[in-house]
Amino acid sequence: MSQPLLQVRDLCASIEEGELLHHVNLDINAGETHVLMGPNGAGKSTLGYTLMGNPGYTVTNGTITLDGEDITNLSTDKRAARGMFLSFQNPLEVPGLSLEAFLRNAIRQQTGKPLKIFQFKKELEATMDLLQMDASYADRDLNVGFSGGEKKKAEILQLLMLNPKLAILDETDSGLDVDAVRTVSKGIEEFQKKRNGALLVITHSTKILESLHVDYTHVLVKGKLVHTGDASLVEEINERGFEQFVNAAAGK
Amino acid sequence: MADQEIREVDRSLYDFKDDESQGFFRMKEGLTREIVEQISQDKNDPAWMHDFRLKCLELYNNMSVPNWGPSIDGLDMDHISNYVRSKTDMKGSWNDLPDDIKNTFEKLGIPQAERESLAGVGAQYDSELVYHNLQQEVADQGVVYTGFEDAVNGEYSEMVKEYFMKLVPPTDHKFAALHGAVWSGGSFVYVPKGVHVEVPLQSYFRLNAKGAGQFEHTLIIVDEGADVHFIEGCSAPKYNTANLHAGCVELYVKKNARLRYSTIENWSKNMYNLNTKRAIVEEGGTMEWVSGSFGSHVSYLYPTTILKGDGSHCEFTGITFAGNGQNLDTGAKMIHIGRETSSYINTKSISKDGGVSTYRSSIQIMPTAKKAKASVDCASLMLDDQSRSDTIPAMDIRTADADVGHEAKIGRISDEAVFYLMSRGISESEARAMIVSGFADPVSKELPLEYAAEMNNLIKLEMEGM
Repeated sequence: MSQPLLQVRDLCASIEEGELLHHVNLDINAGETHVLMGPNGAGKSTLGYTLMGNPGYTVTNGTITLDGEDITNLSTDKRAARGMFLSFQNPLEVPGLSLEAFLRNAIRQQTGKPLKIFQFKKELEATMDLLQMDASYADRDLNVGFSGGEKKKAEILQLLMLNPKLAILDETDSGLDVDAVRTVSKGIEEFQKKRNGALLVITHSTKILESLHVDYTHVLVKGKLVHTGDASLVEEINERGFEQFVNAAAGK
Repeated sequence: MADQEIREVDRSLYDFKDDESQGFFRMKEGLTREIVEQISQDKNDPAWMHDFRLKCLELYNNMSVPNWGPSIDGLDMDHISNYVRSKTDMKGSWNDLPDDIKNTFEKLGIPQAERESLAGVGAQYDSELVYHNLQQEVADQGVVYTGFEDAVNGEYSEMVKEYFMKLVPPTDHKFAALHGAVWSGGSFVYVPKGVHVEVPLQSYFRLNAKGAGQFEHTLIIVDEGADVHFIEGCSAPKYNTANLHAGCVELYVKKNARLRYSTIENWSKNMYNLNTKRAIVEEGGTMEWVSGSFGSHVSYLYPTTILKGDGSHCEFTGITFAGNGQNLDTGAKMIHIGRETSSYINTKSISKDGGVSTYRSSIQIMPTAKKAKASVDCASLMLDDQSRSDTIPAMDIRTADADVGHEAKIGRISDEAVFYLMSRGISESEARAMIVSGFADPVSKELPLEYAAEMNNLIKLEMEGM
């Protein structure tokens, strides 16, 4: 097969206070699911932000390539238009902008075409149904007054409506109760299995992974990818923690 | 763009000086009696109006300009008659309009014929027809809706005489006196007892078609139990060759009547907007203001409501957007006199590219206003580090049982929120515009759909920095 969907080469990223990512290499092929684990403060969210082009993080070395195109210097909206998506750990509230108006706008801007309203409405209804979201949320201001669970459902709703090639899910399961995790997982499964979407799942727990097929698991420690394994690594980490990787990284 | 706007202002001054050197104008002494006499004659004023104008002229010449608020030094007070005179010369063509205003019309998608009439430059107005249709519908309900000159000389002249500049007396301030001396154009509305006007009355067809927008007078009397919505100005920018606007709005809301007065103002950005608006509300009456200030170089605008009757109520919803080179000082005043009167002020102000937006309000609760309720809620959004936003709320409460609340918020657009929207494929400028439109949403909701859409368009245009 040809080139990977996402190719990260020798990537270093900094904020004002210093370098947070050190020479990260990562390949994700179309349709693959990668899990990114690591202790708190390892730089997992930083990697997600950097891949998505958050202007707060400066790439000081290396390249990010999507579908063979170097996107290292592209703005966030252009990365999204090329098929990247980031589900936020803490989705932001935008008063006065309804979830539906936001989605319509985003789809219009990404496709550059007028929206087929009837089709959009049908799809929105069906997807909200899948995620067990009350229809009234479409008219509510984006994330304003949403519970933690509803915010995460709204993220997955956006994922399914925008239908990217690669979705980075940043702690989508954190702070959710069992039922909410199950519902959110159903949405992610839909993306993975029915649409063959690629995933980079940043997580602490296995709950969200139960219904997903995992191809690779990576461990990030202090800004470095120190280990890559298969799905079984998730279980191993859950039993034994990160200690061995932290020690290995420190050269102990 | 900013440079160009400043040049616009300068150019008019230079043009004037050129003219002066050729001996066309000699008006260093300010506004002259001849000019006021000329206006009075052109308008075919009755004797009382003629005398009133001259009295105002005298007041004007003896009053000083306000010494608080944004600077109006750029306003050429020595040559005030220049602004007055140029109004009568307003026969420019579409091609004479500055590009930024033409672009705004283009982007708002207003058809050519209508654009020309909105700009006050067209010779034949397609919109006249629309206006006449509207007028007929309203007349069938017994509502009087005429141009102000017609009202002064027509069937309702006694009523005009009784109410004209009683609520805003010429002694109020220098620009009220100026207005009294040189007023021209505007609307007179009388809604008879118990009449509910379903369709909003819109002033812009008339105001613009007659080319009078600088010293226009609006007088609205809503009689007992009647109900009307009046929309002033509309969101289309009005181009004026001169750069002073000193209009006057007087609103009388009688017992149990209701008046909603909406304005979306988008003056050209060399305009000094020194407008005075005031309403008096009788027992059980309701006054609702919806006010959007987008244009002008400097604005002083504080619609005032006198809650005279027991149980009278007022709501003020306002939005101000100050961009580069703009200093907009806006707000509202509420004067509670009657028992159990209530007022609610909700304002949003946005400043961008060094624009200055000041929210200034005053709540007065007089000793007679037992159990009055007043609430003020103002929020400001600054879009960058160069812009400024101030909040100056004053409260003067002279009863022990008043229920008064005040909340002020000042914020910035968060970079994280912009990043969030961009991560869904929305461009940075669009993301910012969406956040600002969302901030303005409580005001949009108060407007009829087409005006809300235009207001959102205006915000988008301002955000693009045109």
